Amino acid sequence: MATPENKLAFDGGWDYAPAPESTDHARIDKRYGLFIGGDFVSPEKGRYFDTINPANEQKLARVAKGSELDVDKAVKAARKAYAGPWGRMKAKERGKYVFRIARMIAERSREFAAIESLDGGKPIRESRDIDVPLASAHFFYYAGWADKLEYAFPGRRAKPLGVAGQIIPWNFPLLMAAWKLAPALACGNTVVLKPAETTPLTALKLAELIADADLPPGVVNVVTGAGDTGAAIVTHPGVDKIAFTGSTGVGRIIQRALAGTKKKYTLELGGKAANIIFADAAIDQAVEGIVNGIFFNQGHVCCAGSRLLVQESVADEVIQKLKDRMETLIVGDPLDKNTDIGAINSKMQLEKIDSYLEIGQQEGAEMYQSSVSVPKSGYWCRPTIFTGVAQSNRVVQEEIFGPVLAIQTFRSFDEAVEKANNTPYGLSGGVWTDKGAKIFKMTQSVRAGVIWANTFNKFDPTSPFGGYKESGVGREGGLHGLDAYVRLEA
Amino acid sequence: MSLTAVSTTARLPDLSRVPAVDEVGVNERVARFQSRSIKTTAKAEALRMILSMIDLTTLEGQDTPGKVRQLCQKAIHLHDSIPGLPHVAAVCVYPNMVAVAREALEGHDINIASVATAFPSGMSSLEVKLDDTRMAVDAGANEIDMVISRGAFLAGEYAYVFDEIAAIKEACGDAHLKVILETGELGTLDRVRRASVLAMHAGADFIKTSTGKIQPAATMQVTLVMLQAIRDYFYETGRMVGMKPAGGISTSKLAIHYLVMLRETLGQAWMTPEWFRFGASSLANDVLMQIARQATGVYQSADYFSKD
Amino acid sequence: MVAAHERVPVAKTYKIYIGGKFPRTESGRYFALEDKKGKVIANVCRSSRKDFRNAVVAARGAQPGWAKASAYLRGQILYRVAEMLEGRKEQFVHELTIQGSTERQAQREVDASIDRLIYYAGWADKYQQVFSAVNPVSSSHFNFSVLEPTGVVTILAPNDSGLIGLISNVAATIVGGNTTVVLASEERPLSAVSFAEVLHASDVPGGVVNILTGFRSELTEQFASHMDVNAVVYCDGGRKVAKTVQEAAADNIKPAISRRGVDWLSDAGASPYLIRDTQEVKTTWHPIGT
Repeated sequence: MATPENKLAFDGGWDYAPAPESTDHARIDKRYGLFIGGDFVSPEKGRYFDTINPANEQKLARVAKGSELDVDKAVKAARKAYAGPWGRMKAKERGKYVFRIARMIAERSREFAAIESLDGGKPIRESRDIDVPLASAHFFYYAGWADKLEYAFPGRRAKPLGVAGQIIPWNFPLLMAAWKLAPALACGNTVVLKPAETTPLTALKLAELIADADLPPGVVNVVTGAGDTGAAIVTHPGVDKIAFTGSTGVGRIIQRALAGTKKKYTLELGGKAANIIFADAAIDQAVEGIVNGIFFNQGHVCCAGSRLLVQESVADEVIQKLKDRMETLIVGDPLDKNTDIGAINSKMQLEKIDSYLEIGQQEGAEMYQSSVSVPKSGYWCRPTIFTGVAQSNRVVQEEIFGPVLAIQTFRSFDEAVEKANNTPYGLSGGVWTDKGAKIFKMTQSVRAGVIWANTFNKFDPTSPFGGYKESGVGREGGLHGLDAYVRLEA
Repeated sequence: MSLTAVSTTARLPDLSRVPAVDEVGVNERVARFQSRSIKTTAKAEALRMILSMIDLTTLEGQDTPGKVRQLCQKAIHLHDSIPGLPHVAAVCVYPNMVAVAREALEGHDINIASVATAFPSGMSSLEVKLDDTRMAVDAGANEIDMVISRGAFLAGEYAYVFDEIAAIKEACGDAHLKVILETGELGTLDRVRRASVLAMHAGADFIKTSTGKIQPAATMQVTLVMLQAIRDYFYETGRMVGMKPAGGISTSKLAIHYLVMLRETLGQAWMTPEWFRFGASSLANDVLMQIARQATGVYQSADYFSKD
Repeated sequence: MVAAHERVPVAKTYKIYIGGKFPRTESGRYFALEDKKGKVIANVCRSSRKDFRNAVVAARGAQPGWAKASAYLRGQILYRVAEMLEGRKEQFVHELTIQGSTERQAQREVDASIDRLIYYAGWADKYQQVFSAVNPVSSSHFNFSVLEPTGVVTILAPNDSGLIGLISNVAATIVGGNTTVVLASEERPLSAVSFAEVLHASDVPGGVVNILTGFRSELTEQFASHMDVNAVVYCDGGRKVAKTVQEAAADNIKPAISRRGVDWLSDAGASPYLIRDTQEVKTTWHPIGT
């Protein structure tokens, strides 16, 4: 469609000057211990690891590497709090503590946002406008449930499970902590939380906040570390429930490890969502939906719309508009308020993404990247699309977890459904059409836990989230998210 | 000149092919533009660009030659105590004030825009509208801001609206034609999009949101939809069409948001007074105050900037 | 031996039920079911992995159509199953008694089974209303969560109950639009086969319920590991069985739902929460605008 004469130009001319968010208000200690029993304590084996800023590869802090001994201490502290003050507390009082956490996060939101972007690489616009406010909102939402659980489970009495072990990922460090902690606490459980190895800081700041909020010691414990720390939580006999968000591979290992135990579990795993655009869609908003679907948070999103299915008759138009839109995406300093795509979270993740860029090209797909310049140090990936891909290609089948979109076309409704569902995953899906009846038919046909119709990547504390098939077990958020943290008695 | 004679040169497009618009999605996109942080050098550049894009406007029943002369002086001398400021793009007046403006702007590179076609309602015959247009052009207007027949558009008489625009375009001769959609009366963004497509195909050089007489006037939402229509028309034909949001843009901050939107929707080629205008009466002074503040570091008072 | 003047009764062949048909196991294997005195009552199919695989194919094929059937219709069909069972009460009581129940126990179990079907028939068009939600999100979107069947569910039916355990689990599963493959009680398999005949005589489409008989030791892991199964329900066994089921279920992250220790004759076997166990929650967002 585009000829040299009718090509838009986004380079040159008026440009945005750097607009860095100040970090004066963000306090990061040189070294963090483990938050156990209400205090920060040194790890038993005295080991620490660095957490770095992925945008410049510089060290931000030393963080304790929790061992089995530390996990055991944390579980015991959690058990003590469960058997003691937290377990005995009236539900409405418990709720007030959770409300308090919500409010205090809002008060310190600028600090949390800055640290989230420093430690994880995500743009400050997102940590400021999405991650932190949503985290606060999650606590506020679940706080109110604490003394109303009898209305959530008709005909049943909801009892807490005990000690919950919660293992969270690096893509939304604070928000995932909130997703896990808020319902667990509201339902009366105590918690041992393990943040991801590459992004421990906001969970540790949250631990500080929780101490300031005066929660009884041991109600929330934060043990930092890597995979083996997580494994120690999963296998600890004193844990009653495991909540995990992360890759399907690790989820499978956890599910196996829990086999034969009485531990309940919820798993929120990978995805390869189809974002389906029909010819009668509001095309310009659909293009925004594609952008939000795959480039939000550098594509480090389990529910990312990483497969675009576009109806053949509008495919050229959509791709041209998408390419022009990609030219306006700013990649760079996560702390710059104008940055759209920040740093890739870690070197390891960047290598994985880069390997898929290789694979995609080897498979014969055509790769297109925006012309944006990226900084020299740090981990970066330009927004990328693959066209000419087949359903059998690995870039269509496998979760890349980066700003990489595979584009396929379809002709009929049934073909779109078939392609959308032809995946082991089932976390989310997108549908774009101006026809109401078609929306409902499509939302019923796509096998996924969250369907965004004429929108994408929207989150709210009241809205359940979680997947079908290999995308996981259970829901987080909303009324349905309470299930994960209660045992129902007749 | 008959309507049918015109419609053979331009064809009414198939409006059913105009893409749908989702209001919530538009609001979200607009919020993203508003979240851009434009500071320091980017802001300085933007403020000057905004001044150069202003159609300094007076469109009141009480307008007199004296008022129009003052406005023209303001257009030439925005704020002489700050050297090196650009002048505005045009002054915008009623047809019977065009001659006054022409005389007042003699020797200056400032365009004279005149509203026409039974502005602001457009509730008259085509002949009256054509006469109105010719009168303004003959008096020296080099830009004509016409209004579309909203009643006919809402009644689905697209061919009528189309032919009317095409006829006015012809009457404009060399003068640029800005077509005012009066989006505040169209009701939905879908209609804004369709009206934009219709106007461009009928020959509009610019499409413009509002008369300023109806609320809401320009909003970022309708402007975005119109910019996207311009982009699609450009993709399709290679012809650039200009954009003029008018009414309700009175602060620098808001005007900068519009520039961000323009930059990210149509790109750099449109970022000149040739292709983008602000129809505004009080915006210029707010921009001047911002420029002064950037220069002095001190927040300004309106009392230090001439009203017109 | 039958006396010279007596009629020779026709013995029943107990077959398995796959895709609405009654084949023998493809393996040709059987096991002899004996009464307390060691007398052979029947030769029962010892289903193979291949039978199981065929059953999953049948269940998968039937699932979309069954899920699409209106809730009202699914309720009517379950009700119809209850009607059919009521009509064959004597047969079922008899079968339970030859498998070891007393007459009174058997009576009670059959009555409860019929009532259980009615119970779930009544839930068909209600559980969604109880468990769905409209979620008041902060943005300008309409957001709602509804239940959808998870798909194909395998059930390792309770071993100690010939009929009520099987029916409770099957009804709670299929009322929600799932299809199922069930492994009948190994100790009391006859009622399951006869129940398949009831299903067949009702309006339950072929493939919605598939019933196998055979050995737990051979089939448990298969029931849990099959990649085209969306959930596995298991009702017996100790830690070892649980471990086997859950480990195998992890192959495709399917939920492994334990219903061990349930007294199926009691009200614990009748609960909408059992329906909910094999449902997925689907949440849909849509903008509100013009």
